[in-house]
Amino acid sequence: MKLPPFQRLLEEHRTDVYRFLVASVGRQAADDCFQETFLSALRVYPRLRDASNLRGWLFTIATRKALDHWRGERRRPLPVEQLPEPVAPEHPDGDPELWKAVGSLPPMQRAAVIHRYVLDLPYAEIADALGISEEAARANTYEGRRKLRSMQEVTA
Amino acid sequence: MKPRIGWDDGFEEASRRAAASTLAVARRRGLVDVGYTIVDSPVGRLLLASTPAGLVRLEFLDGDPDDVLEELAETLSPRVLEDPKRLDPARRQLEAYFEGRVHRFRTALDWSLAREGFSRRVLETTAAIPFGSVSTYGEIAKRAGSPRAARAAGNALHDNPIPIVVPCHRVVPSGGGVGKYGGQEWRKEYLLRLEGALAGP
Repeated sequence: MKLPPFQRLLEEHRTDVYRFLVASVGRQAADDCFQETFLSALRVYPRLRDASNLRGWLFTIATRKALDHWRGERRRPLPVEQLPEPVAPEHPDGDPELWKAVGSLPPMQRAAVIHRYVLDLPYAEIADALGISEEAARANTYEGRRKLRSMQEVTA
Repeated sequence: MKPRIGWDDGFEEASRRAAASTLAVARRRGLVDVGYTIVDSPVGRLLLASTPAGLVRLEFLDGDPDDVLEELAETLSPRVLEDPKRLDPARRQLEAYFEGRVHRFRTALDWSLAREGFSRRVLETTAAIPFGSVSTYGEIAKRAGSPRAARAAGNALHDNPIPIVVPCHRVVPSGGGVGKYGGQEWRKEYLLRLEGALAGP
């Protein structure tokens, strides 16, 4: 089995991984998550058994880092007046309300929605990246979208 | 509702910066098995690659570097990353060599890509030929321990993973002329002329 030079992986996927992480954890945390993602990947890369879906593999790691980040945020005790804003990129060209809404979704739905609508991935790849079945990827995306829709109707 | 999630890019640049700082950490943690860089020289673009042990590969680049990088990934380790800093000492010595200021390379070499045995002895013997002088295939074969293996010595030199630094261009046919060169003959001529080993313009 041939693994391409890691540099090529980095060049081909860094922008999308970064985009995904900004959408998932916000600009502030994206750099850290990006670094952790590629360092984790680099650490195990020589022992990787399956080179057929390297992009999916990278996104699995990135998603795990984003989930870790969200869990960490939730665990961190914060005084009430400092409750974090739902994560949203600083300069989205979309609707800031929508971003806030995305940030309030449960982790799996949030990740699924971002994979689907930011990265435009098919469900099979979302399933790979999240480590769930294609059916579950579809269900999480659908459920996330349904919630977003109802939140938008409330604010509209 | 069709969710409209997207925004204009700035991500190309931001991810480039993030990748650069990731590389710095990877290097500190010893996660870069093969670092490389591409430099310009009077004999065209050169790809330089090194492992923690030393310079492991120098390739004359006539096209894009993909093939060489794939070969490095396959033969050494897939953890191949662009790392100009690691190649800085080699790059500086090469610059000085092309300006005639350096006659001997003092960079550590990693022989991993040279075949064991006779080939390796041929390359090591060749590495000792001083700047400005030449030897012959027969002479090198003899010094490497097989006097009749001039042709095999030629093959070993053709497969030299670190040309210029391991100066296979200093080995010429006993019958005259510059002979063959893995990196095309005009380069061999250029290098010999640079060293004053070849008379005339």
